[in-house]
Amino acid sequence: MLWNVARSCCLSCAALLVWPHWPGNIFSTSSTPAREVHGLSLFILVITGGIFIGVASLLVFALVRFRHRAGDMTEPPQVFGSTQIELAWTIIPILLIIVLFLGTARVIFAVQDAPKPASALDVTVIGHQFWWEFRYPKYNVVTANELHVPLSDPQAPTPTFLKLTSADVMHSFWIPRLAGKTDVLPNRVNEMWVDPHEPGLFLGQCAQFCGTQHAKMLLRVYVDSPQDFQRWIAQQQRAQQSGTPDPAPSPQGPNLGNDNPAAGVPPNTPPTRGEIAAQLKESSDAITPEQGRRVFEEQACMNCHTISGTAANGRFGPDLTHLMSRATIASGIVPNTPENLRIWITTPDELKPGSLMPAMHLNDLQNAQLVAYLTTLR
Amino acid sequence: MDAPSTPIPSGIEGALDVTPQTRPRATYLEVLHDWIVTVDHKKIGLLYIGFALIFMVVAGLEAMAIRIQLAVPHNSFLDARSYNRMFTMHGTTMVFLVGMPILFGFGNYLVPLMIGARDMAFPRLNAFSFWVSAFAGIFLYFSFIGGLGLAGAGTAPDIAWFAYAPLTERPFSPGHNVDYWALALLASGIGSIGTAINILATVFCMRCPGMTLSRIPLLAWIYATVSFLVLVAVSPLTAAQVMLLIDRYLGGHFFDTQAGGSAILWAHFFWIFGHPEVYVLVLPAFGFANEIIPVFSRKAIFGYPAMVAATVGIAFISLGVWAHHMFTIGMTSFGNTFFTLSTMLVSIPTGIKTFNWLATMWGGKLRFATPMLFSVGFLFQWVIAGLTGIMLSVSPWNWQLHNSYFVVAHFHYVLVGAILFMIFAAFYYWYPKMTGRMLSERLGKWHFWLMIVGFHLTFDVMHIPGLLGMPRQIYTYEPDRGWTLLNQIVTFGAVIQAVAMAIFVYNLVHSYFAGKAAGPDPWDAWTLEWSTPSPPPAYNFPVDPVVASRRPLWDLKHPEDPDSAFE
Repeated sequence: MLWNVARSCCLSCAALLVWPHWPGNIFSTSSTPAREVHGLSLFILVITGGIFIGVASLLVFALVRFRHRAGDMTEPPQVFGSTQIELAWTIIPILLIIVLFLGTARVIFAVQDAPKPASALDVTVIGHQFWWEFRYPKYNVVTANELHVPLSDPQAPTPTFLKLTSADVMHSFWIPRLAGKTDVLPNRVNEMWVDPHEPGLFLGQCAQFCGTQHAKMLLRVYVDSPQDFQRWIAQQQRAQQSGTPDPAPSPQGPNLGNDNPAAGVPPNTPPTRGEIAAQLKESSDAITPEQGRRVFEEQACMNCHTISGTAANGRFGPDLTHLMSRATIASGIVPNTPENLRIWITTPDELKPGSLMPAMHLNDLQNAQLVAYLTTLR
Repeated sequence: MDAPSTPIPSGIEGALDVTPQTRPRATYLEVLHDWIVTVDHKKIGLLYIGFALIFMVVAGLEAMAIRIQLAVPHNSFLDARSYNRMFTMHGTTMVFLVGMPILFGFGNYLVPLMIGARDMAFPRLNAFSFWVSAFAGIFLYFSFIGGLGLAGAGTAPDIAWFAYAPLTERPFSPGHNVDYWALALLASGIGSIGTAINILATVFCMRCPGMTLSRIPLLAWIYATVSFLVLVAVSPLTAAQVMLLIDRYLGGHFFDTQAGGSAILWAHFFWIFGHPEVYVLVLPAFGFANEIIPVFSRKAIFGYPAMVAATVGIAFISLGVWAHHMFTIGMTSFGNTFFTLSTMLVSIPTGIKTFNWLATMWGGKLRFATPMLFSVGFLFQWVIAGLTGIMLSVSPWNWQLHNSYFVVAHFHYVLVGAILFMIFAAFYYWYPKMTGRMLSERLGKWHFWLMIVGFHLTFDVMHIPGLLGMPRQIYTYEPDRGWTLLNQIVTFGAVIQAVAMAIFVYNLVHSYFAGKAAGPDPWDAWTLEWSTPSPPPAYNFPVDPVVASRRPLWDLKHPEDPDSAFE
């Protein structure tokens, strides 16, 4: 039995050190707070491992040495206790605890009370049932589910300081390879920071049960080189054009955009009702981004979603302004492809049952138009 | 003990009962009526134990459903809502309808017998407490068939066993699932508080002549301490349920964050109950070990006063550690430091206990009957659970480990590896006293070895997905995270444990009818319950026993070397 225990412990430790590149391995860290914790955890592992080996050997020795021998009818000598021995195994653990505690306290203060450098980037994280909203107040950028942070040079650190709060229930923000988790609470702002030293994609997910789809509230963090990060910010800052995305709209073409009704129609020859109806019929059958935008604005989509530069400014769901710049949809659960977008819009429950995104009950044509529009949101 | 052939040193001989135990056979209706109206502490104890065993099977099946669902990524065995209900009900059931009742059951049965009393201090309060707890259990499970009915899993709670606010508020949990949960825990809390008052009064007021507080068996000390903890810890939980119901139905805003309430407030209320609760569950397991390890080592417990001090010390320290469940909730660095230290301090008294058990075995003559096998398993697993507990108390590491499968593995090490193993040991040890029949040793060994293998496969391996970033309470996971194989091993281990559990239940039933007759003292033990016939008569002792030491039956069996000469 002891052998089982010891072996499984050794195997698990070995496994963790040999396969460092599992996406959530807390022993394969690449950011400062997680590294501090990693170092501390190895220190604690060594001490607790030593205690285990000591106590387990005593126990095994006692089990073997003091087993009852067949035929022995006598009782062993009765020993009732010993004050010296009791004192010994009280004082030694106290000393061990002082060591453990001081080592721990140092890391607590180093991580929690770290001063914020002027070069730090601020990001506000807002947890929602069941997705993440990220706001970059300095850059006026809002995005969802995929956080971009700059790589930090140890010589001139540019850490990212996160302010976390929730729009509904409790969540927890956890990217194991970057930092420990911090709970995301409504009516409260928590803070944490990361100082990543390695570019790439880091995976995590919500770590506090928050309702039906807690399991699919995934989280992706991209650590970009400073140039890539600036490029990404610049791209996210662009608003979408509110009118037709067509750069040179034909004067004859349909233009019923609600923002600029006079642009495409000659002012002195108002179309007859029949002509409008025909144009409408013809154009509304076209699978164009422009028609998709109309569906977006006429159906309920814009009540919940924002597309900056257009009339859509809902706040309940993720900001879709640069939807196509994200690799996944529905909080990281499927790749961001037109087909998945179509499934997500018609039957969100197929991908994420219990998600708060309603099934939109669009017909196939509207759906195709909407997807055509969404795929232009780069 | 049949008839003692040697002269008897103290007044104990009066306790030896030679009253004939034959009565006319009762009809089933009479038997049923008798069990329902009984105020006998032994019958109520057995009712508690039977009730808990039924729920243990139910919650065990829920655990199996959870493990089947997690065996492969993106599994569709359970949908998200059903899975959430499964783990909520599994946790709530195991803590409130299995752990507490089974431990109270043993306490009810054993404490009066061990201190030489004829019953609990308040027999009718005792019956009331049991039936309130039983009602709570049935009420909670009615939620499966209430509401939408079985097909939609009814309105069973799906809020996790700690039910963090504001998920439990009406905007996020409409319907009655939270109400079932809150009211069931309210009722079960009333039952627990009633039993706690009863045990405290019994231990302090009902001891037989000569049974001073420094002579009562350690198990009785432990039950007194546990009862104190229940009084202090269950009250805040009860208060929190009332506050939650006020929020839900009377327009209160305690935990309603949208109206300025606080989510952290609930967490404090819950864990100021929740952490002492861990010790409410684990201390009785220590109590069983305190009785079983000496008997099978054939030695008196080492360091009785230190054991008592450690027990009381654990109880007091455990009241000051609750926020180690909240290291990630956004406490200040000072708060985290304080709760790291207080949590680490628990390891000192628990270490003292562990070393005293070792010292009790040291120099003894160990007999590995099934109760002792389970106790040894307990010792190993308790050491490991304590060490992973130290790891979790290190708050920076806790920021990583909190709410991950590492935590799930850790507390199952405590709840299964330590507590359940000692409950099994207690069954094998005291079942002969309760029924007059021995449990089968052969089946017992099968049970033990399968349990050991299944337990370690499940819960050793379960630590690793936690270290690889797998959070708890997720109904499915992504295949690219490296968790799949580990979860399959865990599920396989769970199946082995289920087989072991089935053997145990079969052993309980089969041995009741076909087990070897036990006699009053099958283990050659030393405490007063073994001086009564098996099962003991309703009045326990025909006259008050008189004791002169901690081990009255040792004095009786070894008049040449009585404990009373040394204490």
